Amino acid sequence: MSQLKIKVEHINPFVTSTIETFAKMVGVEAKPGKLMVKKGNKEDYDISGIIGISGGAKGMVALSFPKSTALRVTNKFVGTAYEEMNADTIDAIGELANIVVGYAKKGLSEFNVLISLPSVITGTNHQIMEPKDVFSFIVPFETPLGGFHLLVSLKAAE
Amino acid sequence: MKILLVDDSNTMRRIEKNTLEKMGYTEVHEATDGADAIRKLGAGGFELVLMDWNMPNMTGIEALKAIKADPALKAVPVIMVTSESEKTRILEAIQAGAANYVVKPFQPETLQEKISAVTQKAK
Repeated sequence: MSQLKIKVEHINPFVTSTIETFAKMVGVEAKPGKLMVKKGNKEDYDISGIIGISGGAKGMVALSFPKSTALRVTNKFVGTAYEEMNADTIDAIGELANIVVGYAKKGLSEFNVLISLPSVITGTNHQIMEPKDVFSFIVPFETPLGGFHLLVSLKAAE
Repeated sequence: MKILLVDDSNTMRRIEKNTLEKMGYTEVHEATDGADAIRKLGAGGFELVLMDWNMPNMTGIEALKAIKADPALKAVPVIMVTSESEKTRILEAIQAGAANYVVKPFQPETLQEKISAVTQKAK
């Protein structure tokens, strides 16, 4: 069994990477709120970009947005002016999640993690089912473009 | 200058294409993974490649190694543009022949500076 354990401080690389990704690639400040333990699977959001994690740690990370925020973020990120969700906005949310998790990976170097290609779930109040026996944390963020949240569900591989 | 953008994300290709067009580069072609890139490079005439790392079918590092092993392609400079930011990954890419390395997330100015550095060196 692995001697490594996931601790709350292992959430920090994802928070830092989210702040940096929004500053550099979206051009806005993303302010993190208080870390919370996730309860239940129902999301109060419309779109989630999800990255699976494997290797020395297993789980997933998701960025979840209300539709209005997702559109504003996408338009600023990509330089578009979409008023409705489409294949491009869905791809953009997946890529944002990919950048956040890819860049955060170096903060988990002791786990030697691998990350999946991005998946995106859409739909009002969609559900994200985390792996069993995994602590799931949510960090809410506020930006001038609206709020979103970061979900991190991780455990050390056995 | 004929440039090939290689990324499975339409979003990233669009962002990089916008950056290149602002720099005055208009002959920008796109490939969706490493295998697609190798096929398109076969047409010849490319002077720069921007390459993502994590892609389906053939990864960016596999494509980079294939390019540098091909006598007809090895002179084409390849800039890796990826969220793989560990030193070991950067070292692996440089040892495989990458001309430069841009870590996502990046500011447009950083990508512009790295592209300019590589194109100036190639002249």
